[in-house]
Amino acid sequence: MKLTLKIWRQENATAKGKMVDYPIDGIEGDMSFLEMLDILNEQLVEKGEDTVEFDHDCREGICGSCSLQINGEPHGPDKLVATCQLHMRSFNDGDTIYIEPFRAKAFPVIKDLIVDRTAFDRIQQAWGYVSVNTSGNTVDANTIPVEKANADESFNAATCIGCGACVAACKNASAMLFTSAKVSQYALLPQGRIEATERVQAMVRQMDDEGFGNCSNTGACELECPKGISLDNIARMNREYLSASTKR
Amino acid sequence: MSGFLNSTIARKFAMALSGLFLVLFLAQHFTINFTSVISKDLFNDISHFMGTNFVVQAFLQPILILGVIFHFVMGFILEAKNRSARNISYVKFNGSANSSWMSRNMIYSGLVVLAFLGLHFYDFWFPEMVHKYFESNPEDVARYYDELVVKFQSPVRTILYVISFVFLSLHLIHGFSSSFQSVGWSNKYAKGLRGFTVAYAIIIPLGFIFIALFHYINNL
Repeated sequence: MKLTLKIWRQENATAKGKMVDYPIDGIEGDMSFLEMLDILNEQLVEKGEDTVEFDHDCREGICGSCSLQINGEPHGPDKLVATCQLHMRSFNDGDTIYIEPFRAKAFPVIKDLIVDRTAFDRIQQAWGYVSVNTSGNTVDANTIPVEKANADESFNAATCIGCGACVAACKNASAMLFTSAKVSQYALLPQGRIEATERVQAMVRQMDDEGFGNCSNTGACELECPKGISLDNIARMNREYLSASTKR
Repeated sequence: MSGFLNSTIARKFAMALSGLFLVLFLAQHFTINFTSVISKDLFNDISHFMGTNFVVQAFLQPILILGVIFHFVMGFILEAKNRSARNISYVKFNGSANSSWMSRNMIYSGLVVLAFLGLHFYDFWFPEMVHKYFESNPEDVARYYDELVVKFQSPVRTILYVISFVFLSLHLIHGFSSSFQSVGWSNKYAKGLRGFTVAYAIIIPLGFIFIALFHYINNL
C-alpha cells in the first residue's frame, strides 16, 4: 500500500507547528496504525531526520496512551477502537492520511503528536475516588449488596481509559463525557453515594478550571469513544450536579 | 453573574430552561396565528385580548422578552467559552462523521432566528407599541387581521419568513431534545420524547410557513 501522510510537526510546546508531507510505501493491511508510524520513523532515522513523536504504551486498547486525530476523527475512522487497534486495512492504496494531535487548550502540545493530558489527572485527583480507611479494618466491598443494573452501569462507566478522544471529537473540546464517566462509576455504587455531593462539585469545578468547553449534546464524544461510554453518563452528572447545588 | 451560573453545567441548565420556555411560547403563538387561516373574527378577538389584557401585557410579555434576551445572551457566552476551549483548530475536522449539522451549528441557526426576530419586531411589535402607547388611536377590535395580511403582500418578506422558519426548525430539531439532556433527563421515555421533539420541531415551523404562504397566495 502506498500512502501520503500529512503529519503535524512541532518542535516543542512553544514552537510553531506545521503539517509536513511524508510519502510511504510497502504498508500491509494487517499492520496496525502505530506499526506504520514505526516504519516511517525507521525510515526517518536512516535518513538522519527527527522521528515523529507520538504517545503509545500497551498497544492493546487498554492504557489510553495513544491519541491521534486521524483524517479528522480521534482514533481514526473505525469505531470502538483506540489508535493502536486501528489497522491499515481501513485505508486504501493511494490515500492521503491527515495525522494531528488531539486539539484543546487544556491539552497543550508537548512535541509533534504528543499532548499533555494531565488536566484529566487533575480532574480525577479533585475527587475521583472513594475515601476508605485502609488501616486494616476495611469492610469487603462484596458484602454490600448492589443492584445488578447499577453495578453493570458503574462498570461500563469505569471502562473509560481517559484517552481524551471525547475532548478531541467535541467541537467545543468539552470533557463532559470523561468527567461524567468518572462521576458515574461512583454515583451508581453505595460506597460512592456518601461523598457524591462533594465529588461532583469538585470534579466539575476542576473540569471548568482546566478550560474545557461546554457540552452541546452533539453526541460526537459517544460515537468516537473507543470504549463506547454512553451519553447517559452526562445526563446523570447533570442531575448529580444540579441536585448537589441545592444541598450546598 | 451569580456563582451558580459560573459552572458550565448550570449555564447549560439555564439555557435549556429558557429554550423550553420559548418552545412553549412558540406553540401558543402558532395556535393564535393559525386562527387567522380559519376565521378573521376569531383572530381579531384573540389578538385584541392578548393586546389589551393587563396580565399578558404587564407580566407575560416582559417575561417573554427577558426569556428571549437571556437565551441569546447565554448562547453568545457559551459560544465564546467553546471557541476559547480550542485555541488551535484542526487542519482536518470530520464533524459530519459523528454529529449532525444542526447540533454543530446552533449558533448560526440561532443568529438567523435572531435576525428574523429583528424583522418580526419591526413588522409587528414596534408598530403595535406605537399604536397603543404613543398614538391616541380609538380602540379598534377589527384592525389586527388587516395589519397581518398587509405584511404578507410582499413576496420578499414572505420568502424571508419562510427561510427563517426553516432555520428555526433546524435549531429546534437539535435544541428541543438537547434541552432534556442538559437538565439531566435520561430514562426509558427518552427515545419517545426525542421523537416528539423532532416532530414538534418540524410541524410548528411548517405551520408558520403555511400561514405566511396562505396569506401571500390569498393576496395575489
